Amino acid sequence: MTVLPELYEFPLDDECYKVRLALSLMGVASRSRPVDMVPGREHEKPAFLRINPLGTLPVWVDGPVILREAATIVLACARGLKAGNWLPADPAAFGAVMDWLVFSVRDLHAAHQARDCALLGQEEPSPALRAQVRRAFNVMEDHMVLRHIGGHEWFADATPTIADILLFPAFALCRDYGVDHDGFPALRRWMRAMRTLPGFITMPGIPDVT
Amino acid sequence: MTLTTDPVALDAWYAVATASEVTHRPDRTRLLGQDIAIDRCRDTGAIRVRPVLHGGEYGDPLPVIERYACVFTTFGNPDTPIVEIEEAGEPDRRVVPCGWFTIRSSGPRIVENFLDMAHFPYVHTDILGSEPNTDVGPYRAEIRADVDEVWATGCHFWQPRGAATERDGSGMMMHIDYRVPSPFIVMLYRVAPSAPDRRDAIALFIQPMGEELCRAQPVEFLVDEISTHTELLHFEQVIFLQDRLILENQVPRRLPLDGQAEIPTRADTASVAYRRWLAAKGLGYGTILPHGQGERA
Repeated sequence: MTVLPELYEFPLDDECYKVRLALSLMGVASRSRPVDMVPGREHEKPAFLRINPLGTLPVWVDGPVILREAATIVLACARGLKAGNWLPADPAAFGAVMDWLVFSVRDLHAAHQARDCALLGQEEPSPALRAQVRRAFNVMEDHMVLRHIGGHEWFADATPTIADILLFPAFALCRDYGVDHDGFPALRRWMRAMRTLPGFITMPGIPDVT
Repeated sequence: MTLTTDPVALDAWYAVATASEVTHRPDRTRLLGQDIAIDRCRDTGAIRVRPVLHGGEYGDPLPVIERYACVFTTFGNPDTPIVEIEEAGEPDRRVVPCGWFTIRSSGPRIVENFLDMAHFPYVHTDILGSEPNTDVGPYRAEIRADVDEVWATGCHFWQPRGAATERDGSGMMMHIDYRVPSPFIVMLYRVAPSAPDRRDAIALFIQPMGEELCRAQPVEFLVDEISTHTELLHFEQVIFLQDRLILENQVPRRLPLDGQAEIPTRADTASVAYRRWLAAKGLGYGTILPHGQGERA
């Protein structure tokens, strides 16, 4: 009997969606362990802290291995694939994937904060925070305009990679915090292409039509 | 922001917190434009809701009633009590507060969305509806003058997964009654799929922070011996966030009460009754009153 890896997740969380989307696109089997993050704050309770002392989601438990960052879970799953090009071996493409991976964690953190505030906060996200998100999206938009001119439709390689997966939720969910898709035509085109990938799954907050 | 002067909005009860989450440390939120602090008195353990005045000191405590897992308060003198939900008192009911979510929309828009079945197949695809079963059949909507509530009864809609218990996706015809007992509270009753002789009740308690910014919490009163607590939460939360995306795109954010402002269809009978009811009350908070009615303060 195979023991499936377990994904501790909250269905409304954008970081957890990164992992769900990756698993579905890459065809990796796992078992979902839903966590009552809101309103129960189960991720701050002792039982959960024994699994992840940081009290964050998502968490990936695969035998003795425990991963607690969406980007590393996706990276590790892609590395374990026997086929497919989600994580290219070619140094130039690999470097580009890693560069966008870091961007998704560092520069798009503002998007996670803005969404958290818009969904659960007492105030709308501040104009400064939204401006920070727009700056990151502008970098992505400019990149994808140039990629399109160069005949490419994906962020880091000729085919979709984990960079595309890790960048997708922040942009796809930005209407949740009052940033519209209209100003980013190249990202909208990329978003439509993402939707056509076999195994693509959506989540609440992502508009059906872009 | 300052407290509204709209008398209809002031004279109503509002849920502003989940009772079990109130601690000794005051939580700040806002109701009808007024900052308020909610905490538990260190001496008596009683929950207090107090306005936060300029300079940060607290004003006189507001009335507080704990019901349906929530803390209710009011700034005015409501002439009707907090809605009576009979099902809530039944011993085997599972009372599930699903969490507070912030929405950039008006309270009346949120109520109207809750009353609308026509969007089920498109917004809640494969949960509360699916194509080609998109038809909203005839139902009856009325303003019940004796209790001062809006009801829509005899509603039915084909739902692929109308409740957390319905996992196989075979779907069922769901029979639903809608109830609006107060301008900012909306409910539905539906046959409990796992106990067909009884009805589930689901309430949406809306806390208007401003005219166009609200928090809302769905609270469910279910007969369900199958689902885990977390399954019930996540099922309802997914639906709620799907609605939130639609709601935030509706303009104007305030609900126009002029009968000519937006064209209704047969499916909107409940919404028409709700708008008429609000217009008759003269609610100007979160609405656009018909021309000449209730000059806004």
